[in-house]
Amino acid sequence: MKPFDYQRAHGLGDAGQLLVAEGAKPIAGGTNLLDLMKLEVETPTALVDVNRLPLGGITPHGEGLHIGALVSNSACAADPRIRGQYPVLARAILAGATFQLRNKATTGGNLCQRTRCYYFYDLSQSCNKREPGTGCAAIGGFNRIHAILGASDACIATYPGDMAVALSALDATVEIHGAKGDKRMVPVRDFHRLPGDTPERDNVLEPGDVITGVVLPAPPGGTQLYRKVRDRASYAFALVSVAAVVHLEEGVIASARLAFGGLAHKPWHDPRVEALLEGQAPSDALFDEAAALLLDTARGQGSNDFKIPLTRRTLKAVLREATGGTL
Amino acid sequence: MPITINGAEHDLDVDPRTSLLDFLRTGCGLTGTKKGCDHGQCGACTVLLNGQRINSCLTLAVMHDGDSVTTIEGLGTPDAPHPLQAAFVRHDGYQCGYCTPGQICSAKAMLDEVAAGWTSFVSDDVAGAPKLSEEEIRERMSGNVCRCGAYSNIVAAIAEVAEAQA
Repeated sequence: MKPFDYQRAHGLGDAGQLLVAEGAKPIAGGTNLLDLMKLEVETPTALVDVNRLPLGGITPHGEGLHIGALVSNSACAADPRIRGQYPVLARAILAGATFQLRNKATTGGNLCQRTRCYYFYDLSQSCNKREPGTGCAAIGGFNRIHAILGASDACIATYPGDMAVALSALDATVEIHGAKGDKRMVPVRDFHRLPGDTPERDNVLEPGDVITGVVLPAPPGGTQLYRKVRDRASYAFALVSVAAVVHLEEGVIASARLAFGGLAHKPWHDPRVEALLEGQAPSDALFDEAAALLLDTARGQGSNDFKIPLTRRTLKAVLREATGGTL
Repeated sequence: MPITINGAEHDLDVDPRTSLLDFLRTGCGLTGTKKGCDHGQCGACTVLLNGQRINSCLTLAVMHDGDSVTTIEGLGTPDAPHPLQAAFVRHDGYQCGYCTPGQICSAKAMLDEVAAGWTSFVSDDVAGAPKLSEEEIRERMSGNVCRCGAYSNIVAAIAEVAEAQA
């Protein structure tokens, strides 16, 4: 690990000032960042410890909830309000990592976790995300876990998390404290970026920004599901995951909020698919149509071609389950 | 402020790069906590931080002044083993033993989590009270790898202690 200055932030303003410095990074749970620092994929010159900032707790916020950025993944998934009213979020969090990691991982930090692309982790390989301009060894390489939607010629990495996929389906908002003391609210659906020609930027955070919390809208009710398909039954990243919040009224889909993990550089959300389902009676033909629309621009990279039919089947299974059909 | 480890205070005068794991082993001489992968994948370094299980390899010692850590040395001794330690011996829950301190610290916290009502990904009702089945134990212990493959005996040892506590 490269040497760094360890600094402790004593207030939000203090954190912002320390974090605008070139090479500074915030550390909360550290479960992803320290892993990457040991491999020297991440080489911050200063680590700003934000753990003592008053960003804990889950509190009422309008008709919804405010989850403090330092609330651990474990505490969030164990909260009776999350489990009872936002079960898709509790399920998604519990689908990721292990109890040890979730005890340390935070709500804000989890949003910022980085891709698990093998080439991003391997310093001997070219990677535009790690070192802009060097190329992408995943294109034409081993790309079983890589993107089928929204990728670019510069990067085909995927966002690996589960929590943000559920937050996208729930249309939650990220609360950010800027370096100048300003506060801004960014929908989770707009927080992560597509790679384009700047894959080194995972999300819209600017230097000096500190995530202070996530706001959940009013409990959406309905049937809430999180289905994750992976190589092992536990402790593995998603090949494909689907978060769904579906309302059925008098035999018709009144609304369907859907988000997908494992497919792209960000949790994937396609309003066209939701619009297609709404007002329709559930049927296999409808679900086929929805899957075809979701995947109309999908492109395999070779080893990940299987993700296209896998996504279609997983979406159909989730929609069948959410609308009371048999699997 | 010092860090408290198994009830004793220690000064944190270390290179900021020092993981909590390395601090325990080389700074405090507590070599019961093991270094396996050093990347949070194997669970051999599991300790209790303020009562919760964590991977001590993935946190920096300097972040933990004022915190309280319990390692395997703080759970039991050869003369007075923790019930989980005794159960692992009875059920032969290991072969080489390298993962065992992490397994036992993890299991200790896991039983506390169930008592606190935490559900897991395999719980039928995420909002309901958890029931500790074999499937639940396996899911909840998936952060602790045993390369000797003593899993069935590890599950049996944990299940026995869970039943005795219920």
